[in-house]
Amino acid sequence: MDPDNITLISFGYFGEEFLKNIAETVNQQFLLSVNIREGHMDLSEFYDPGRRQYDGVQLLRQVDSLFSSGSYKTIGLFNVDLFIPILTYIFGQAVLNGRSGIASLYRLRNERYGMDTNDVSMQERFKKEVVHELGHTFGLIHCHIPTCVMRASTYIEDIDQKNVNLCIKCRNEVKELFR
Amino acid sequence: MAKKISILIVDDEESVRDSLFSWFIEDGYRVECAENARKALSMIESDSFDIILADIKMPGMDGLEMLRRIKLLKKDSIVIVMTAFATVDTAVQALKDGAFDYITKPFDPDDLSHLIRNASKQISLAEENENLKKQVISLENVEDLIGKSEPMKKVLRDIESVALTNSSVVITGESGTGKELVARAIHSNSPRRFFPLVSVHCGALTESLLESELFGHEKGAFTGAMYNRKGRFEMADNGTIFLDEIATISMKMQIDLLRVLESKNFVRVGGNKEISSDFRVICATNRDLKGMVEKGAFREDLFYRLNVVNIFVPPLRDRVEDIPLLVDYFIKKYCTSMNRPPVTIDPAALKRIEEFNFPGNVRELENMIERAIVVGNGKKISLKDLPLEKSIITNSFESLEDLEKTHILQILNKYGWNISRAAKALKVDRVTLYNKITKYGLKPSD
Repeated sequence: MDPDNITLISFGYFGEEFLKNIAETVNQQFLLSVNIREGHMDLSEFYDPGRRQYDGVQLLRQVDSLFSSGSYKTIGLFNVDLFIPILTYIFGQAVLNGRSGIASLYRLRNERYGMDTNDVSMQERFKKEVVHELGHTFGLIHCHIPTCVMRASTYIEDIDQKNVNLCIKCRNEVKELFR
Repeated sequence: MAKKISILIVDDEESVRDSLFSWFIEDGYRVECAENARKALSMIESDSFDIILADIKMPGMDGLEMLRRIKLLKKDSIVIVMTAFATVDTAVQALKDGAFDYITKPFDPDDLSHLIRNASKQISLAEENENLKKQVISLENVEDLIGKSEPMKKVLRDIESVALTNSSVVITGESGTGKELVARAIHSNSPRRFFPLVSVHCGALTESLLESELFGHEKGAFTGAMYNRKGRFEMADNGTIFLDEIATISMKMQIDLLRVLESKNFVRVGGNKEISSDFRVICATNRDLKGMVEKGAFREDLFYRLNVVNIFVPPLRDRVEDIPLLVDYFIKKYCTSMNRPPVTIDPAALKRIEEFNFPGNVRELENMIERAIVVGNGKKISLKDLPLEKSIITNSFESLEDLEKTHILQILNKYGWNISRAAKALKVDRVTLYNKITKYGLKPSD
């Protein structure tokens, strides 16, 4: 395991430039090198026909057990509708203080909510979601500062309200890990 | 730093426990899980949880039964029940059994966050309420009853022993000794302290007014009764009623009062509906109630009904050692309320205060100190700030004649036995002054 490395694994097509942008943001926030790679798994195994969604708990377990060994932190990037048994949907999930997380672009698109397509907003939201889930893997809990990326968000409007950056307090907590 | 809220998740499905665990842990809560009701109950017995999220449908004991048992164990626990099989009946039953809320799986993430935020708010309100209650208790305790003398220690002991009971109390003592403070201290240390202490000054009201004041009246009961009005007994429900100057009430009122004390039921003036009220009675008087009973001026049955416990508040002259403490207390009290820097008292002035008779007891001392702070130089209370010169300054005077004799002698000495000047100062003629000198046998050497 490389202790200085974060890996973004795309499960599905995202576009090279799009992923590079995400990687750059992650690098700026955590000051660690970021790798991008593609991952392959049969998503139908995680599909719940009753809910017509994909089981986030099982997907996270799969990423954690099969894809995270070579990296300090790993995040799986998806483009499917995720759920956990208790909630109707999630944007992403991570193991607190763990190695892995997942994030999905599916519910971050404007058109899902009857609004005009806006790729810039979508990309910004996804960056925030990826940084947020990775923050959990570094042990960060939800932050009360409204602009901090670690602020809990249950709607895209909540995501739009916050920045892509960690607040000073959260950043210092991450820095403490590397002392 | 705010206390970390703890959550217990009770669900037989591992995936539900895991996902709730991850969700809440990311929010910074302390989270624990139990896979069945029995384990949850034993965890609740040994640990304290602020919020319990419980599934209804579980093998063995179901969530509703667990909810009932939790409420028996810890009445104030916040329990949120969750189910995938929602019916109105179970929801109603859960809420009737004391659930904080009812939620159907799967929940919207925002609903879950709101629910937990509301529950957290409820917890902090309950804590705030508890803290405020503690503050009220500390404000309303016996701090106003100042004194370390043996007679005051006995009063404090009596208050402590009677406060937790429901017995009627008669507080006796001279005017100005602090009988109302004793009544307040009894009330504020009793289980009734979160309900009102209603005071009635019986001596200040005529019989008909007192009747209306105590029992209330219906609209039109008498001229001027424009509205229905609650009486003091009704207002004191669950609390305490303090009847000051009880010895002044008429014979008719004594009969009415006895009836109310025995049944705790009464009818408003001009009404016919019986009203019941649960109150405790504390009375105060500066008269000798027992003596009044013997003379037939106070009903014996009412006396025994009221005088279950008697607390005697001693006059200030019988607890002279408390005077410095009281002076210090009133100085602090009035300097604070007048927004003035703290003042001290000249030892000579304090000595004169200690020698003073204080027929008006603590109330008189309090007024004296308040006045001295107002008229004084703002640094030290001296003899000239105290209205003692014009008053009886020792308790050795038995009669007016003694007082007159001493005063005339003081004035004669002041003017070097110049009869004309002394008579002018005393505003009497020379003949009268000569007669007084002869009567009291006064001589220049006295």
